[in-house]
Amino acid sequence: MGVIEWFTDPANWTGENGIPVRTWQQIEISLAAMALALIVALPVALTLGHLRKGVFLATNIGNVGRAVPTLGVLTILASIPEIGIGNLAAILALALFAIPPVLTNTYTGLAGVDDEVRDAARGMGMSGMGILARVEVPLAVPLIAAGIRTATVQVVATASLAALVGSGGLGRYVVDGFALQDNTLIIAGAILTAALAVVAELVLAGVQRWVTPRGLREQSRAQIEVQEIPAATH
Amino acid sequence: MLSTLAEASNPWLSWSYVQDNWAELVAAGKEHIFLTVGSVLLAIVLAVPLAVLVRKVPRLSGPVLGLSGVLYTIPSLALISLLWPIFGLSPWTVIIALAVYGLLVVLRNIVVGLDDVPAEVLDAANGMGLTTRQIATRVSIPLAMPTILAGIRIATVSTVGMVTIGALVGYGGFGTLILSGFQNNFWHAQIFTATLCCVLLAVVFEILLLLVQRLTVPWTRKQAG
Repeated sequence: MGVIEWFTDPANWTGENGIPVRTWQQIEISLAAMALALIVALPVALTLGHLRKGVFLATNIGNVGRAVPTLGVLTILASIPEIGIGNLAAILALALFAIPPVLTNTYTGLAGVDDEVRDAARGMGMSGMGILARVEVPLAVPLIAAGIRTATVQVVATASLAALVGSGGLGRYVVDGFALQDNTLIIAGAILTAALAVVAELVLAGVQRWVTPRGLREQSRAQIEVQEIPAATH
Repeated sequence: MLSTLAEASNPWLSWSYVQDNWAELVAAGKEHIFLTVGSVLLAIVLAVPLAVLVRKVPRLSGPVLGLSGVLYTIPSLALISLLWPIFGLSPWTVIIALAVYGLLVVLRNIVVGLDDVPAEVLDAANGMGLTTRQIATRVSIPLAMPTILAGIRIATVSTVGMVTIGALVGYGGFGTLILSGFQNNFWHAQIFTATLCCVLLAVVFEILLLLVQRLTVPWTRKQAG
């Protein structure tokens, strides 16, 4: 069966193995991983960035993330009996790899706020929390958004690997295809995983633009471009 | 009782595993290095002419970098799978797929590095009577070199990690050991040792490339790469 026939076969669009279900599984795993990563990374980065402490951690955690193979972490987690194969191992592994871009970008964004601006806010009588919430975070939004976007796209792409340790998602087609020596399944799965990642990238690029205050768009672009040397290991 | 027994006989760290499987580990390491170096070299060879093209036709810079950003999001699992019907179960399937990612990082850094050369410096070089070729070889490229080398370093380290996915087509270096350890009843020692070796290899490459950077562009020693 050819790839086009595979995609036009209604049987592949329904049921537990259908494209909608598999796509949704991958999105679900990705969203859970991102939620977990944000819960961990944002408070740490906001605290460190506000206090201007922990430069070393914030700038080097990305290098650590690059050096550790995703497949290794995924497999290690899935081999721990308490975690087991399936979605939980995938979510935990993906969350671990989503933390560095969020942490580094949020930290850099906060640390990049001018001292004069912070001083002025303090002079106006704002508390530390007030400065963080009403001055530093709004000014850092472009970089924070860029970090979350980078991390999310990476998670959506890497989520396809989760099929190697027995979880759902679009990677299932590829892994099952290799197991069954079914070329059509392999290629169809590859097209679907690639398409989902590209769509995620395009949608999130739009979202990032949308959440960035207009006055900061031009100014932040140069800053983001320096930041955006990709760290993905998907 | 049975599960604790199984747990006890399946340690994460085992020196006897390393001793018993030394030859296999060395073979996987050699394959891993071969696949990494092959991909990065291919990436550099392809990135240089593309960078020259982008410099010659600046209008291409936006679309090329934009497209490369989108291509970069494609998972390696997908790229390897798409190449496998063409190149089959061969190292080329892995090398070409991973070279695409390396290419994007290296190309981006060459273009950004050259763009960041201050206009005043180029003016001064021009005023001193240097030819276009001399400006390129003596001014622009040396000044862009730290950024270019950083790109090669980032590409190399992330390639070390991604080589593991090559296990899908039988050429994954340590990744093949990770996956076969997983399929072999969650053999912790093999999974963990192979993962550690992979991290170690990435660190060794990082240090070697930092040394290259120190030797070739010593004036950046104080700056972080």
